[in-house]
Amino acid sequence: MFEIPDDRKYLESHEWTTTDGDTVRVGISDFAQDELGDVVFVELPAEGDEVAAGDEFGVVESIKAVSDLYAPVSGTVVAVNEELFDAPELVNDDPYGDGWMLELEPSDTDEFEALLSPEEYREQTE
Amino acid sequence: MGLRKPPCYDAHADAGARFTEFGGWDMPVEYDSIKAEHAAVRESVGIFDVSHMSEIEVSGPDATALMQRLTTNDVTALDPGDSQYSAIVNDEGVIIDDTVVYRLPDRDDRVYLFIPNAGHDEEMYDRWTSFRDEWDLDATVEDVTEEWAMFAVQGPDALETVSAAAPDASLGDLSKFQATFADVAGVECWVARTGYTGEDGFEVLCPWDDATSVWSSLDATPCGLGSRDTLRMEMGYLLSGQDFDPEDEPRTPYEAGIGFVVKLDTEFVGRDALEHQKEEGVDEKFVGFKLLDRGVPRHGYDIATQDGETIGVVTSGTMSPTLSEPIGLGYVPVEYADSGTAIRILVRGRQKRAKIVTPPFIDR
Repeated sequence: MFEIPDDRKYLESHEWTTTDGDTVRVGISDFAQDELGDVVFVELPAEGDEVAAGDEFGVVESIKAVSDLYAPVSGTVVAVNEELFDAPELVNDDPYGDGWMLELEPSDTDEFEALLSPEEYREQTE
Repeated sequence: MGLRKPPCYDAHADAGARFTEFGGWDMPVEYDSIKAEHAAVRESVGIFDVSHMSEIEVSGPDATALMQRLTTNDVTALDPGDSQYSAIVNDEGVIIDDTVVYRLPDRDDRVYLFIPNAGHDEEMYDRWTSFRDEWDLDATVEDVTEEWAMFAVQGPDALETVSAAAPDASLGDLSKFQATFADVAGVECWVARTGYTGEDGFEVLCPWDDATSVWSSLDATPCGLGSRDTLRMEMGYLLSGQDFDPEDEPRTPYEAGIGFVVKLDTEFVGRDALEHQKEEGVDEKFVGFKLLDRGVPRHGYDIATQDGETIGVVTSGTMSPTLSEPIGLGYVPVEYADSGTAIRILVRGRQKRAKIVTPPFIDR
């Protein structure tokens, strides 16, 4: 059984996102990290880059697979988790915590509400 | 058509394996973690189910002549219990498959068992029987792929592990590439000191119907094809269908860096083409490289010069679990093949710095 915390929203492409009202944080789900297996490389945008909801913003690679990362909302990148460059295994070890990838300042807060609820995401993974 | 399954399929599923299609077989790719399985083989011992590998047995008065004329190495150098790495090439000298040829104990005549790659059994059976008939040789050729299961027990502790299941055999007396019949878990198996990982180890061929009891008697970390691939890449070993392929990556043994298996003083299909290439020299060579920038090289990515001119293609690549460095294999023109030569790898459209490294990537 995969962990799907209730305190965040999800994408069909297995990213999660949380918000504190000002910024949103993005990572990949427990299900996604398990499917990928040992993560060995993460490519992320730079601070200040603009991303649009649904667009690819980076890549996560395991030994056996390459997977694109999709932005849950549109906005400006305000932080990237640089620890993943030296320790990509954090994505496996703690996908909802230390394995976070990106923080965005959203340009449209309504986009966040349109994402999948934990229940909807759970149905998708079953 | 459904996928072929190894005899221990259910045991693998119960152990939590994930499966992948390979050569028409549904095989374990990973149990828990490719990294952990890779480390088990480098540091202690792992066991792979490689029952997808093909087995062809050749016997009869002309068995030696048939083997000699269809493989590049010299089978007359083999005593019973010996084996050799070899190549099977076409008229142009292009590798169709690579294989290990075992000489089994004699029956009335010499008997050979060779191991083509997964899914190649039918093609090799057809090749052997049609040339046998064309040359009017007296030899029996049997596809015994689904009579033999095959397990690779690999790692510094492999001798201890296999010996524990085969207490009556003196497996430590076997040199590399030697083999013997031995009782493993009370089942007569063909046990060979061979492998595909760069570590000491054994490949155990056991009767298909006894596979599960032999598998469970060998106490080692179960490993899937994922770590088998990363282990062989660290050694620079070729993968059939990827690092050479008669259709997509036609290469001769000299280009592929296995000229040592070509014995030009024997007669075999493709010999003249290979003799010609040996005299002329090769234009391109199989090399290894390390990426100096961040990224992971993958099959199909372009290899370029520092100026961005495309000079080759990556045939295999991964993040080396042992080194935690991105490594790859591929073909480049000989003028770029020297160790240390600066090249570029195109990773999703971006040039990454890399340098040629002659494999193995690790000290073994």
